[in-house]
Amino acid sequence: MSLVVENLTIDHGAIRAIDNVSFTVPTGQLAAVIGANGAGKTTLLRTLSGLKESKSGSATWNGKSILGARPEDLARSGIMHVSDGKSVIAELTVKENLALAGLWRKDKKDVAAVTSEVVDLFPVLGQRMSQASGSLSGGERQMLAIGRTLIARPKLLLLDEPSLGLAPLIIEQIFQTIKSLVAKMNLTVVLVEQNAMGALKIADEGIVLNLGSVVAVDSAQTLLNDPAVRAAYLGF
Amino acid sequence: MLQFITAILTSLSAGAIYALMSTALVLVWRSTRVINFAQAGQAVLTTYIGYEVTVRTGSYWYGLIAAIITGALIGATIDRFFMRPIFKRIKSGPIVMIAPVVATLGLLGIIQAIIGFIWGLSYQTLAAPVSTDGYKISGTVIAFSPFNLMVLLSVTITMVLLTVLFQKTNIGLALRASAYSPEIAKLSGIKVDAVRTLGWAIAGAAGGLAGMLYIPNSYLYPNGMDVLLVFGFISAVIGGLDSLFGAVAGAMILGFAINFVATYISYKLVFPTAFVILILVLLVKPGGLFSSSKGRKD
Amino acid sequence: MHKISANRKRLFTFILLGWVLLLIGDRIGELRQYQGAFVAMYALAIASIILLTGYSGQLSLGHSALMAVGAYAGALSINNLKLNPVIALIVAALVAGIFGLILGIAAARLSGPYLAGTTLALAISLPTIANQFTILGGEQGILFDIGAPPARFGEGFSQYKWFFWISSLAALIMIWMISNLLHSKFGRVFRALRDNQTAAQLAGINIGRQKAVAFGLSAGVAGLAGGLLVMLISGVSPSAFPLSLSFSLLTGAVVTGVYDLKGVMLGGLVLVAIPEIADSIGSRVGGSDGFTMALPGFLVSALLILAVLFLPNGPGKLLKKKM
Ligand SMILES: Nc1ncnc2c1ncn2[C@@H]1O[C@H](COP(=O)(O)OP(=O)(O)O)[C@@H](O)[C@H]1O
Ligand SMILES: [Mg+2]
Repeated sequence: MSLVVENLTIDHGAIRAIDNVSFTVPTGQLAAVIGANGAGKTTLLRTLSGLKESKSGSATWNGKSILGARPEDLARSGIMHVSDGKSVIAELTVKENLALAGLWRKDKKDVAAVTSEVVDLFPVLGQRMSQASGSLSGGERQMLAIGRTLIARPKLLLLDEPSLGLAPLIIEQIFQTIKSLVAKMNLTVVLVEQNAMGALKIADEGIVLNLGSVVAVDSAQTLLNDPAVRAAYLGF
Repeated sequence: MLQFITAILTSLSAGAIYALMSTALVLVWRSTRVINFAQAGQAVLTTYIGYEVTVRTGSYWYGLIAAIITGALIGATIDRFFMRPIFKRIKSGPIVMIAPVVATLGLLGIIQAIIGFIWGLSYQTLAAPVSTDGYKISGTVIAFSPFNLMVLLSVTITMVLLTVLFQKTNIGLALRASAYSPEIAKLSGIKVDAVRTLGWAIAGAAGGLAGMLYIPNSYLYPNGMDVLLVFGFISAVIGGLDSLFGAVAGAMILGFAINFVATYISYKLVFPTAFVILILVLLVKPGGLFSSSKGRKD
Repeated sequence: MHKISANRKRLFTFILLGWVLLLIGDRIGELRQYQGAFVAMYALAIASIILLTGYSGQLSLGHSALMAVGAYAGALSINNLKLNPVIALIVAALVAGIFGLILGIAAARLSGPYLAGTTLALAISLPTIANQFTILGGEQGILFDIGAPPARFGEGFSQYKWFFWISSLAALIMIWMISNLLHSKFGRVFRALRDNQTAAQLAGINIGRQKAVAFGLSAGVAGLAGGLLVMLISGVSPSAFPLSLSFSLLTGAVVTGVYDLKGVMLGGLVLVAIPEIADSIGSRVGGSDGFTMALPGFLVSALLILAVLFLPNGPGKLLKKKM
């Protein structure tokens, strides 16, 4: 039971964005994929969620291949992706944004239940239900984006730089929430971050990407304490 | 005074028909990012089908229902079996910019030719279900008939239904989300392709309705709705191309402008007026009159 | 040095082509001369589309209307100003060019769908407008008579041969000028516009102005083609410039390869051949009147779609790839 990526290679036309990448994330774990801007993190996530085609290699979730599947089908099977840049639909209200991930679910009772769980988790959303989500602050939008995915009762959550452009205090709060979700919602999480320190602090495992290749995989704790890794890739 | 009231009434019923066409164009634009020039052909083809049913059953109402249903089916078919493969096939190269538009034009030509094959190119008349003779007010016959009233009422009801569909139902939410951000909609588990086909179906139905309401006051021939396509496009541009409310408001603005110019200056100025309005809006407020900020770049 | 020789080579090619055309003109019958004149006229009109779409990235569905502007201007200058027919054709190009330039200034600010829709609106509404003004002759339109060929060409010089001469020489000279233009700095600027607007802007190109200029040039060429068209049918009326003419031109351009001027003659041939083919299919199949009359439109549209799908870069590219 896990996310297994093997020898995955992804191109953007002539540019090789991900080169022969392999890693495993056991269920119930939080893995941080860290790397500088342009390392290929977004490309990796977009391929795992079905938005982008891969060149070669494989990726399986609980033994089933996920490469080449359509994003909406992956979403329905429990793989939810929060793309970079606070993925909310600004023209819709907070309530409508949340509702999106429950539209297709048969179990309407559970949709209602999980919606109130999400509102408990992010009380600001509860106060803004009928506001256009374009009017939310950056941090609130990130909460809405994460909250929306939860409505689908996901198993695997792919998060693309949730800390981007947020104030340090808010980042801390978002990271703590993400960590708490793993247990609370029974999740496996792949957290992509440039903010290596913050991400490794809450992660179980760390995967360091550099120019499309994996340069280090280890427990988050080890990576944090490894002076060589720190100096070369983490910059602190 | 009577002339003024008549002008208002005719503006409303003309604007109502433009609104159906602009709504159809906007629905497709929002979901597919292409101006569907074939809309004129789809609408007139479905009106021919409505006409055929009307002639055979003797009832305009059966014709109307047939036109709306086949309009929806034809719209959905075009998206699923024509536009989607084209988008799939043409992904790169400089032709990408013009391919979808050129494809809808080719389709327009094909539909109009097929109509010619089946029904010929001559003019047909479709009888209205209610009188098209103007009401008589204190001895004068005005240019507003019971049929015009029916047009106005039908379009109003349609718009109310569409508003409810879009704002109050789950399908409407899926339609809006898929239009605003197909990617986020997909990532939320919405089958955006199917939703898009639904948008084309609704647009096609609106076109069928437009034809059945417009043709009784005009003639039925393969190019019979070309002009309406232009007015629908101008209305949609006035409204910002992206907004359903804008499409209706734009249609009313155009309806009033055209009919007042025709009433008080000269009917010869109808087309120049429409064209000048189009150019002015595009130059002064390219995002449409109702957009607060960003005009679309693409 | 290299540049000059390329230009000279092109000039020789065109002179040779002209000479061949005139020789051909002497050896074919009147029907073929007449059809040849149409081929040249269509080739010129297609060149105007390629100049605009292929080289500056703007899509126009309104070239039938621009041709009409040229045609009416030419007719009025023959009938009302009593100008020499050749001058009248130049007037046709100039008036359409100025009209196009004004339109182009507006069009330059429009992108894809807006431009397509606006030019479509023009194509649909201009004939209707022309219908309503008495100076333009309403539904009947007005005569466009260039008169008999000059006496010095001799007795045997028929009207059709005269048409063929004027049409093919006008097209040849004009296309030669366009092709020179596209090989100059101008052409490079246009291509830069089409391929990458942002980069062009960064390189200091005034995008709006260049697009408007391209539109004006293209309209001028279309206007001349419009003048030739009504010369060939001896009169100008709204019905000579239906929207379907715009479609035909687009089809011709796409079949030729929107990004290549070389094949315009082929495009012209296709447009002349389609009604003939439709006729022969119609008489063989023996369908209804509607079938026969709608068939050319069907073929043009089907060809348009097929060409976009299967020859997106024109037949030239296909051949090159095969070789
Ligand atoms: N749509 C694209 N087209 C071409 N190249 C791209 C595209 N998206 C990303 N790239 C390239 O792929 C590489 C990885 O990008 P990305 O996955 O966005 O990295 P990260 O998310 O780690 O910053 C970069 O070199 C980037 O320039
Ligand atoms: Mg990224």
